[in-house]
Amino acid sequence: MAFFLAQFLTGLANAAALFLVASGLSLIFGVTRIVNFAHGSFYMLGAFIGIYLMEILPGAVGFWGAILLTGIAVGLIGAIVEMVVLRPIYRAPELFQLVATFGVILVIQDLALMIWGAEDRLGPRAPGLRGVWRIFGEPVPKYDIILIAITPFILFALWYLITKTRLGVLVRAATQDREMVGALGVNQAWLFTGVFALGSALAGWGGALQLPKGGADLLMDFNIIGAVFVVVVIGGMGSLPGAFIASVLISVLNVFGVTYLPQSTLVLMFVVMAVVLIIRPYGLLGREEVAGEHGQVGAPETPIRPYGPVGQALVAALLLGLALLPLFVDQFMLILTIDMVIFALFAASLHFILGSGGLVSFGHAAFFGGGAYAAALLVFHTDTPMELAFLFAPLAAGLLALGIGWFCIRLTGVYFAMLTLAFSQLVWSLAFQWRAVTRGDDGLVNIWPSDWLSGTETYYYFALILGVGGILFLRHVIHSPFGYALRAGRDSARQAEATGIDVKRVQFAAFALAGAMAGLAGGIFVFAKGSVFPTELEIAKSFDALIVVFLGGVKTLAGGVVGAGFMTVVEDWLTRLEYWRLLLGLVIIAVVIVMPEGIVGTLRTLWRRIRHTDEETV
Amino acid sequence: MSEILRVENLKKSYDGFLAVNGVSFSVAKGELKALIGPNGAGKSTCFNMLMGQLKPTEGDVFFEGEKITGHKPRDIWRRGVGRTFQITGTYQSMTVIENVQMALMSHHRKIFSIGPRAWKLYREEAFEFLETVSMQDQADRPCSILAYGDLKRLELAIALCHRPRLLLMDEPTAGMAPTARVELMQLVADIVRDQGVSVLFTEHDMDVVFAHSHHIMVLNRGELIADGDATAVRNNPQVQEVYLGGGTLFKEESHA
Repeated sequence: MAFFLAQFLTGLANAAALFLVASGLSLIFGVTRIVNFAHGSFYMLGAFIGIYLMEILPGAVGFWGAILLTGIAVGLIGAIVEMVVLRPIYRAPELFQLVATFGVILVIQDLALMIWGAEDRLGPRAPGLRGVWRIFGEPVPKYDIILIAITPFILFALWYLITKTRLGVLVRAATQDREMVGALGVNQAWLFTGVFALGSALAGWGGALQLPKGGADLLMDFNIIGAVFVVVVIGGMGSLPGAFIASVLISVLNVFGVTYLPQSTLVLMFVVMAVVLIIRPYGLLGREEVAGEHGQVGAPETPIRPYGPVGQALVAALLLGLALLPLFVDQFMLILTIDMVIFALFAASLHFILGSGGLVSFGHAAFFGGGAYAAALLVFHTDTPMELAFLFAPLAAGLLALGIGWFCIRLTGVYFAMLTLAFSQLVWSLAFQWRAVTRGDDGLVNIWPSDWLSGTETYYYFALILGVGGILFLRHVIHSPFGYALRAGRDSARQAEATGIDVKRVQFAAFALAGAMAGLAGGIFVFAKGSVFPTELEIAKSFDALIVVFLGGVKTLAGGVVGAGFMTVVEDWLTRLEYWRLLLGLVIIAVVIVMPEGIVGTLRTLWRRIRHTDEETV
Repeated sequence: MSEILRVENLKKSYDGFLAVNGVSFSVAKGELKALIGPNGAGKSTCFNMLMGQLKPTEGDVFFEGEKITGHKPRDIWRRGVGRTFQITGTYQSMTVIENVQMALMSHHRKIFSIGPRAWKLYREEAFEFLETVSMQDQADRPCSILAYGDLKRLELAIALCHRPRLLLMDEPTAGMAPTARVELMQLVADIVRDQGVSVLFTEHDMDVVFAHSHHIMVLNRGELIADGDATAVRNNPQVQEVYLGGGTLFKEESHA
């Protein structure tokens, strides 16, 4: 019993930092509608800056003073990031900003590596709180008890700030209707900067406060961001008490998970989130987002049309070029082009549900990796002929998408995104931990194509025909009645329902189709590489696709494909350099700021401006 | 005239507050009937229950003798009820004619078809519907740049695509210029006359209501206080009291 209590107290202590970081994210999302992936980076900055300041400032006063100063410093950095990176792109399509924050992650990672080096740092102990107290005979670190004691004060301080101060009134008003707040004469730009700085400061405090329990390392940004999003979503976006309850819930469950069910730790919180979202689609204390409440920012999408003669000629020329490529280039270029085609199909499948359906999936890698694994497992365990196993890739991924979609489609917006993320994490942990079947992180190897396809050149044509065929098929579907119905449901679900369209069923079918096409990409991938590892199912893989879709242009048809091509080439160049993350991050941020409609969208606007035909398509 | 819509003792309560309190009425075939009342009287709530956007707390709705209470909007639409909304919800990313084609694809049950190119489907037919509402000149403009009055007309064309036998129009002329209001309601009256469609509409503009409707119902605080022809409603003392606030001006106008 005493052990139980001690465990519980550890969980509570862990909740303190998690809650601080999560409340910051929740505030930022509520007011600015930015899904800030870089929030974990501010947490990491908090840890490193905290250590630095604690080394300068001695004693107990210095320790707590250092924590306080760390938050302020990180808040200032947050303000700079907001002003330089995010402010220019508030008019961009919804969620576009998350691409910029992804660039910020990369930049901060390499800057931290440059400044503080690759070595993990142990956090200093808090002066005067080094030992343990015994509670019913069990040792509990003194610092844990202090953390547990101050957490309610943090919650109270935030609650006071939000409910009782003028800033709080503005924040709540902006969360409900930022246009109205702007119309009432509040300087939105400064409100957003202020809130972003405050949110970043909270993350910084969280990073500094956990130092005596943990430390600082270069992986902490990614390690915490998943947990933070889970907490915010379980609690309900924008709800501070919800975030508090969820922090405690997740932290305590994690401690018990480590003790009693160690293999569950990677996925436990995602399971909890999935269960909560299935029962309460808007989190524990969140409220339903009324459709259209926040309006669509930016210019409305222009009507789609199949390419005219010029466009068709360009596509034909590109395809001809690709078909003749093996005559001119070496094997390395061919393999790179195969990678590009695979990535383009994967991105196009995400773009299909994201662009036409308005369904932002954070877990699309589940279907890419799922397809790859399905084929690989068949070959590995049953020696299935490659041709049959290959067919199984899109089939299995499509079925997986039917299963996952059945739960996810009933949700909307960020909650939909997070539930897809949770399910993709489940699939990932299955591949990672079910070693008997999947061989865990050793991966499945020796998955090669049949003899008639084994040459690089032959496989290149195989990949090209299926990859390009898949992309063209998706494009065709977008122009078909089904694609139109999907767009109708996105534009106005109410109107669609009132004219006989079953919006959810259309979305469900589209989700399954997108999953199958991602699985096709996975199938081409696995036989190109001859192996598959759990990394193909990781969050990072899902985000890769998400980012190229946004970079290419959500509101265009070619966005996913162009973005994927662009990213493959840029990454191939940059990853040869030492600080490639920094450069890639800067490239992403630059593209985002210069081309807020994405590459294709911005080029199209330019083209129209040159030809002066933009009157009708504003 | 036989009835096409019958509503029996419809109630909607929000946490004990009765937004609609026991409303019963019917709409006859080929009738143009108005539902009026001050803001907050429960008109839109009533409409949303008829079309399935809201579930009634109590009471039933019958369309052509069959109970449709609590059915989904798309099922009610399939049975032959069209609807336009107070705030239009057209498809912003499509052209005017594509908006109509979309409704026609649903009418012809082609929603899950991935074969043909959508923008070629039913274009002629859609064009005819646009002609009905005089929108043919704007057929290929993006919907996102239409003037508000044109959006309202487009919405009417969309609602007609399934050849509805009953049209529910929630404030069809709200936010329109006076001349455009008269034109739109004249158009609706023509459709009622030519196609035998029944129309139930809510409205705030009394000129529109008295000029066009065959019968008028008055809703106040969730209860129906009058149901009759224009003269009867005008002379109803209760209506004058609660709705028009003893509107003498209105009375004089009616004698003029």
